[in-house]
Amino acid sequence: MKAAHYWHCFVGIQTREWLRFWQQRTRFASALVRPLLWLVVFAAGFRAVLGISIIPPYQTYITYETYIAPGLCGMIILFNSMQGALSMVYDRELGSMRVLLMSPLPRPFLLVTKLLAMGAVSVGQVYVFLVLALLVDVEPPLWGYLAVLPALILTSLMLGALGLLIATWIKQLENFAGVMNFVIFPMFFMSSALYPLWRMNEASPWLYWICQFNPFTHAVEAIRFSLYLEWNPMAFGLTAGVTIVLALLATAGFRPQRTKILGTNPA
Amino acid sequence: MGCGHRSHFMTIEARNLSFRYGDKPVLREVSFALTSGGFHALLGPNGAGKSTLFGLLTRLLALQQGDVLMAGQSLKKQPAGAMRQIGVVFQQNALDLDLTVRQNLLYHAALHGLSHKEARLRGDRELTRFQLLERANEPVRKLNGGHRRRVEIARALLHEPSLLLLDEPTVGLDVASRRGLNDHVRMLCEADGLTVLWATHLIEEVRPEDRVLILHEGKLLADGAGNDICEAEGTRDLAETFHTLTGAG
Repeated sequence: MKAAHYWHCFVGIQTREWLRFWQQRTRFASALVRPLLWLVVFAAGFRAVLGISIIPPYQTYITYETYIAPGLCGMIILFNSMQGALSMVYDRELGSMRVLLMSPLPRPFLLVTKLLAMGAVSVGQVYVFLVLALLVDVEPPLWGYLAVLPALILTSLMLGALGLLIATWIKQLENFAGVMNFVIFPMFFMSSALYPLWRMNEASPWLYWICQFNPFTHAVEAIRFSLYLEWNPMAFGLTAGVTIVLALLATAGFRPQRTKILGTNPA
Repeated sequence: MGCGHRSHFMTIEARNLSFRYGDKPVLREVSFALTSGGFHALLGPNGAGKSTLFGLLTRLLALQQGDVLMAGQSLKKQPAGAMRQIGVVFQQNALDLDLTVRQNLLYHAALHGLSHKEARLRGDRELTRFQLLERANEPVRKLNGGHRRRVEIARALLHEPSLLLLDEPTVGLDVASRRGLNDHVRMLCEADGLTVLWATHLIEEVRPEDRVLILHEGKLLADGAGNDICEAEGTRDLAETFHTLTGAG
């Protein structure tokens, strides 16, 4: 196959994802309600409880809203990726997956492209969220909006691959409630999304270490630092490394017979 | 119709296919070769292993034993080449109901590496042939079951495969639509020299002159022209043959 074939395939998968996004725009808009509630209500309540010291990448005292905004960007991607991965192997996307897998192009390419396309829609949502966050004075530098793009794409691919891996191999987690309780919430709460990790260290050192081992922490930090035009090689490097490993595992280990793509679920 | 690309030799050859889910064998040593364009029926009661066989032919199931050659390309060794040779219509709907007919076709074409321009050209050509062009911009949801199936067939032919696989394509259709679809595919077969493998459990979709493969409990019980099988079994018609061989009605 020539490079042009790959390119046409990539564009086709992206186009389809955006067409579906447009068809279901109300669903996507309602998905923004969750992070906005966190930003407006939860943050307002918590602001009084939690004092924030000056920590990198911020150069001054910041509001709690400003602190959790990058974490909420991560949360949007986290929810979307898990939901997207489940729908790829269990429900809404089954038809499109059957068509996808009939392509003569290599499967790892098809799956990564699909994850990137779903991720692109999540990234679009993150930008809408960041624009709305301006209303509560979360105002990163203008170039930060551009600088954060690679971190957002990387995070979406990492979490999409994780979702695909889980959906393919852990049958007990085939419904969203299970994934929410056992994947999304632990990943979200045991990360630096809602509180700086030095605070966690004061409260419980072993929880602190769990947070440090949570790849979502580093994804959130990569988003946070790049949004404020600071370079954090560790956060970025770890996110990139975990993304590569998860993408390899998820695509190489993908077995349609472990899903409902075939029509039945015999395995 | 671009049928010049279609080869007419040994379009599909299944060699010694066996498959098991865990300890349960579902296909046992299935071998057959479809040598030229024409309508072939894969007949078997529910649970005979037809869908598993389709899973293997379409690479949705990984081969455990044996191999399949599509126009000479091994599914095991040259999966890309083999996949280019086949167009597939699945038992379950594989269309995006919210997208338009044309958008569905363009998606498939892109997956096969066709440019947007080429895809549009081929898509419109197929839709014209299928008398669906005027519905190209309608969401698939607005189409009836028979038309949706036609769109799926048009889609499966966009990349000009030499072999069209249909897994119980008439499930859920009324009698008239079933017959219409069956006739339509037979017409394509003649017009394009396409090789068709049509899986069904409905005997009325098979004609006596068709090449028939009868699958039962994972074994290929008969393989030949319907008439010849009846003669060999000493039965009056295919229905009786089917009943005798499988114990099904």
